[in-house]
Amino acid sequence: MMRQNFYTAFFAAGITLILTCLMVGVKLTSEGTELRVVGATAAQWTWIFGGIAIVFLSQLFRDQISAATAGIPRPNLEAILPAESVRSRLKPWLIAMVIVGLFIWPFMVSRGSVDLATLTLIYIMLGLGLNIVVGLAGLLDLGYVAFYAIGAYTYALLSNYFGLSFWICLPIAALMAALFGFVLGFPVLRLRGDYLAIVTLGFGEIIRILLNNWTSITGGPNGISGIEKPTLFGLEFNRRASDGGTTFHDFMGIDYSSSYKVIFLYLIAVVLVLAVLYVINRLMRMPVGRAWEALREDEIACRSLGLNRTVIKLSAFTIGASTAGFAGCFFAARQGFISPESFIFIESAIILAIVVLGGMGSQLGVILAAIVMTILPELAREFQEYRMLLFGLLMVLMMRWRPQGLLPSKRPHMELK
Amino acid sequence: MSEASLYFLQQLINGLTIGSTYALIAIGYTMVYGIIGMINFAHGEIYMIGSYISFIVIAGLLGMGMVALPVILIIALVIAVFIASTYGWAVERVAYRPLRGSNRLIPLISAIGMSIFLQNYVVLAQGSRDVALAPQISGSWTFGDPQLFEVSLSYMQLIIWAVTLVCMTALTLFISRSRMGRACRACSEDQGMTNLLGIDTNRTIAMTFIIGAALAAVAGLLLGLYYGVVNPFVGFIAGLKAFTAAVLGGIGSIPGAMLGGLILGVTEALTSAYFPSEYKDVVSFGLLILILLFRPSGLLGKPEVEKV
Repeated sequence: MMRQNFYTAFFAAGITLILTCLMVGVKLTSEGTELRVVGATAAQWTWIFGGIAIVFLSQLFRDQISAATAGIPRPNLEAILPAESVRSRLKPWLIAMVIVGLFIWPFMVSRGSVDLATLTLIYIMLGLGLNIVVGLAGLLDLGYVAFYAIGAYTYALLSNYFGLSFWICLPIAALMAALFGFVLGFPVLRLRGDYLAIVTLGFGEIIRILLNNWTSITGGPNGISGIEKPTLFGLEFNRRASDGGTTFHDFMGIDYSSSYKVIFLYLIAVVLVLAVLYVINRLMRMPVGRAWEALREDEIACRSLGLNRTVIKLSAFTIGASTAGFAGCFFAARQGFISPESFIFIESAIILAIVVLGGMGSQLGVILAAIVMTILPELAREFQEYRMLLFGLLMVLMMRWRPQGLLPSKRPHMELK
Repeated sequence: MSEASLYFLQQLINGLTIGSTYALIAIGYTMVYGIIGMINFAHGEIYMIGSYISFIVIAGLLGMGMVALPVILIIALVIAVFIASTYGWAVERVAYRPLRGSNRLIPLISAIGMSIFLQNYVVLAQGSRDVALAPQISGSWTFGDPQLFEVSLSYMQLIIWAVTLVCMTALTLFISRSRMGRACRACSEDQGMTNLLGIDTNRTIAMTFIIGAALAAVAGLLLGLYYGVVNPFVGFIAGLKAFTAAVLGGIGSIPGAMLGGLILGVTEALTSAYFPSEYKDVVSFGLLILILLFRPSGLLGKPEVEKV
């Protein structure tokens, strides 16, 4: 057994050496017009041999490692949590407490953390929207960021050219995104699932290229700046009122502070997230929501029961898109500046990772994952350059060892054995 | 010939050149899809890695004072193919094999993770800036009317055509004649049955990944020499194009991938010749959506029958 492991370990270490020797061990540099190679620094060789050693040892002691990890006791959540009946009684109180907490909290902390919380809320909104498409309906959408971009640009353009306010544009942005989702989804959703992934990926690229090159309207790579901030029933949060407007601090008779604006944006985000959560929770209990999950589980059975697969998939796709439109509109209002740079494929991948990490279909999981994914990079700034690398690795490892996510969604169900 | 038709001919030549490299990359997608039914998102990155390795070898050999260009290119090709195949094999072994038999979404997400990982691995190892290699093969044939428009067919383009032709012929022979090729075809028909008949399906699947990666590395070397630059992000868009080509021709069908690659290359060249070139990607993805709309099984693909 040990001998067998030794051969495997040797083989794996050899493969690692082949993979890394030229890619990491040699670096291409341009000197004038000439291309030269330079040998790696000692640090890089340490990386290579460290990697090889890890692979070798982990393969050699594979059995011992798996035995050791099996010995670690797993926390049993069921035992810690109170009984089901108590939990269902406590649940409304708990939710109420969290909501109240969300509204009080920003007045007590620094401006920076409120701003970060707003960003997290945007990602929560995006995660929840994509969760409908990927988690509930089981459709892999890799161009989700396109709908986000559509929402953002809808608000930016309407506000710039027609002077429409944020509150009018919010539903329009969601409708626009939904419309695009509908138009894209209609031909594609009749097909097999994998095609959808690639078509949405292509669609995301198309939207980005169009935004980048349609300079006369979208400003091209320079983007659109000076987008109006939202107002509270017509009250502005600027230091000075625009023509005919009133500012918030004048109206309330208090001194101007820039943190009012940040807190106000945060509160809008909280309200939007709560609204999205409420709507999705209602939808999930409606026939269409149940049909989404049924279709994800077994398409053929659903069709034989008379469900119209295109309509059901299309509804999930469109609703998911409109949520991204909401988020995009809010994003544009918060930043005050948007450019195609904010809507690249990596952004789609991050949102997808949030859904996957949280557990497909689980709303609590998605919220948790969105918080983790936005706060962790802030905390680990010195690892900035390794961020995307670790992020890709995490996606692979999660699929291998915990494909159901951190907090898998639980539904009462029975299975035929 | 008139000026317009000469111009058209030039675009056709350029299109066929790019198209044949798309076809080489598309083979990897179509073979993997044909055998295990998943989109190998990391395939574009393998192409990019192949390109980098060949640049490293060429620059290294030139730096050592070697002058015989054919020898340099052949050594670069061999090393790039070998290392890229190892990457292809390792990706399959680490990211896809343990997930076999699970829900379809799971390997797909793992593949996306792998693609992001490989891209950033190269960014960390080689930097994110463009790496440029001076043109190695220059010279071209020109014909047409010097007063109107001169069509040029560079030697590099000829080499790309020739190498693609050789690879495609070799692959076709391998798939149709060899024992391993027969195993590949059997696996894509019915994996369970193939296993029962004593063929190691895991090994056959690994083999498809290796072949796909090897062809991608060939494309990486050729396109690297043709364009003269490479950066860690070329894999993403090239992979997307090649996948479009594979779907266009009918995914799972090898002649389809070749045809799809050529059609896509020509379409792109013509679009960038007659419209602003930024829109060529829009046209190729638009073409993908149209094909899926009217002929979901692609040009040469068989319509898929759903079985319970």
